[in-house]
Amino acid sequence: MAGRKLFKGNEAVAEAAVRAGCRYFFGYPITPQNEIPEYMSRRLPEVGGAFVQAESEVAAINMVYGAAGTGARVMTSSSSPGISLKQEGISYIAGADLPCLIVNMVRGGPGLGGIAPAQSDYFQATRGGGHGDYHLIVYAPASVQEMVDLTLGAYDVAERYRMPVMILGDGVLGQMMEPVSFPDQMAPDRPAPEWATRGARDGRTPRLINSIYLKPEELYKHNLDMAERFEKASANEVRYEEVLADDAELLLVAYGTTSRVCRAAIEKLRERGIKAGLFRPITVSPFPYDALSKRAKSAKAVLTVEMSMGQLVDDVKIAVAGAAPVHFFGTTGGVIPKASDIAEYAAGIVGEEVR
Amino acid sequence: MKQVYSVPKSLRPVSTHYCPGCTHGIIHKLVAETIDELGVRDRAIGVASVGCSVFSYDYFDCDFQQAAHGRAPAVATGIRRTVPDAVVFTYQGDGDLASIGTAEIVHAAMRSENITVVFVNNAIYGMTGGQMAPTTMVGQRTTTSPEGRIKGLAGEPIRVSEMLATIPGATYVARVSTTSPAHIAKAKRAIKKAFEVQLAGGGFSLVECLSTCPTNWGMSPVEAMEWVDKNMIPYYPLGEFRTPEGGQTNG
Ligand SMILES: Cc1ncc(C[n+]2csc(CCOP(=O)(O)OP(=O)(O)O)c2C)c(N)n1
Ligand code: SF4
Repeated sequence: MAGRKLFKGNEAVAEAAVRAGCRYFFGYPITPQNEIPEYMSRRLPEVGGAFVQAESEVAAINMVYGAAGTGARVMTSSSSPGISLKQEGISYIAGADLPCLIVNMVRGGPGLGGIAPAQSDYFQATRGGGHGDYHLIVYAPASVQEMVDLTLGAYDVAERYRMPVMILGDGVLGQMMEPVSFPDQMAPDRPAPEWATRGARDGRTPRLINSIYLKPEELYKHNLDMAERFEKASANEVRYEEVLADDAELLLVAYGTTSRVCRAAIEKLRERGIKAGLFRPITVSPFPYDALSKRAKSAKAVLTVEMSMGQLVDDVKIAVAGAAPVHFFGTTGGVIPKASDIAEYAAGIVGEEVR
Repeated sequence: MKQVYSVPKSLRPVSTHYCPGCTHGIIHKLVAETIDELGVRDRAIGVASVGCSVFSYDYFDCDFQQAAHGRAPAVATGIRRTVPDAVVFTYQGDGDLASIGTAEIVHAAMRSENITVVFVNNAIYGMTGGQMAPTTMVGQRTTTSPEGRIKGLAGEPIRVSEMLATIPGATYVARVSTTSPAHIAKAKRAIKKAFEVQLAGGGFSLVECLSTCPTNWGMSPVEAMEWVDKNMIPYYPLGEFRTPEGGQTNG
């Protein structure tokens, strides 16, 4: 690793993708992620790649489909309303077993919503988003360096399980500057995968990239195969972090930007003698159900904190499965919760449940 | 004895799912012959669209991707940018290209993507059972225009070739018919020219093929051919609307 450099989150994720072998980017402008396409428009030509500003997010994601189908490492990025438009293509990409990288710098919704950071696309990201029986692998980084590290490994994971990987960020992560380090070396060139459509050369049998299975038994088989691959990903790729969780009587659960605020809230609570800890999912799909389930058994209460009206909390309830009461503290519309408000709310719970 | 005709190698020897008298088959053959004659089967990548030709990948003996409804030009763009020496073509119906996929086709032309579009205009949605298309003729009965397309309600049919010809990036745009041997010979020349434009790196090319759908038009194959000649060609004039040389020919 070379020395650390100050990088804006959006530019860092773009550079990390390039280091990971991304050579093609298709996107459409939307705040708060514009630095990603802007960065790619100057960076990709330098490394022999291509940038296309598409006519819409619908077109952009279908360009991703075409490029991914040739075995290329390809990326798109957007923010909430744009990701909604991309759901058509994401479903087709998943259905055609294609790897790719999608970045969502979430902003407040629904509708046009606002441009301030939010976590209200959790359901969309973790429950497929588009139509059909599929999952994405979704990472929720909490710092610029973590976003870089997850992006560096994203294509390997996407290709191993042949499904799209999404980086679920938000306006804060995209806009903030932090010191980061990148690997000196670019990911080595790799041969085109054995399913890629690049022309049936040297007499090989023609290949097809496809998501249509009109016979129910065939689609059944295909969906089972996809589910099996996601199950494997669930066994191998789940990531999470625990902070002061060993002796925590009150376990906070939060991801991304919110988890940073929760760290400060935990400090405040500890200062007041309340044993608070944090469980932070890094993969929100597959979700670390088992790890959280285990951890919740030693807690007296669980508090989910998120920038939405309550989406992550559903997964927390599934994991905790009644082992402890699950409380919820949410802010929405682009409002970031304050550590003092979280601590206050948490202290209230402690008054009721922990003592 | 000299062999004067053989089935194109780029077409698989399988039986077709198209209805009797449907001109999709003729157009497939013209595309396959072109691929053979240009010797590009091993670097051809087709993009199938959503419509009766959704299974066109079963017939063409080359790499293929199946695109979402209307998105074939976007998918082709993704392929084009990643495999520089590929010969990339889409095969799209009029519901696919002229309705749900208008943004994608217009912008592929604007960027002058070096791809070839085979556009099959049969004035109806074939696959879904004969609903009105943007290309349906005024007065033409379909399952969603039971009294015939009404100009005051549904407007008049869109002329895709003329529209695309206004775009600077559209290097080659032609409209052909498939209703007689003479028309088919001209159609073949246009399709070949479109692929040649791509091979020369000339940019976007499109051939609109006036086509029949005897099944959903409720006609015999012969009546359907006559209907194209009588009703479609006067509204959708044949000819080249843009050429790399800048000339235009109608008729
Ligand atoms: C997003 C979406 N909307 C609608 C459909 C249903 N659909 C399938 S084929 C088709 C129309 C195809 O008509 P056309 O492009 O004219 O081709 P043809 O069948 O006539 O050859 C439609 C609307 C679909 N598959 N996807
Ligand atoms: S429904 Fe129409 S377009 Fe489709 S195969 Fe039959 S005749 Fe051809």
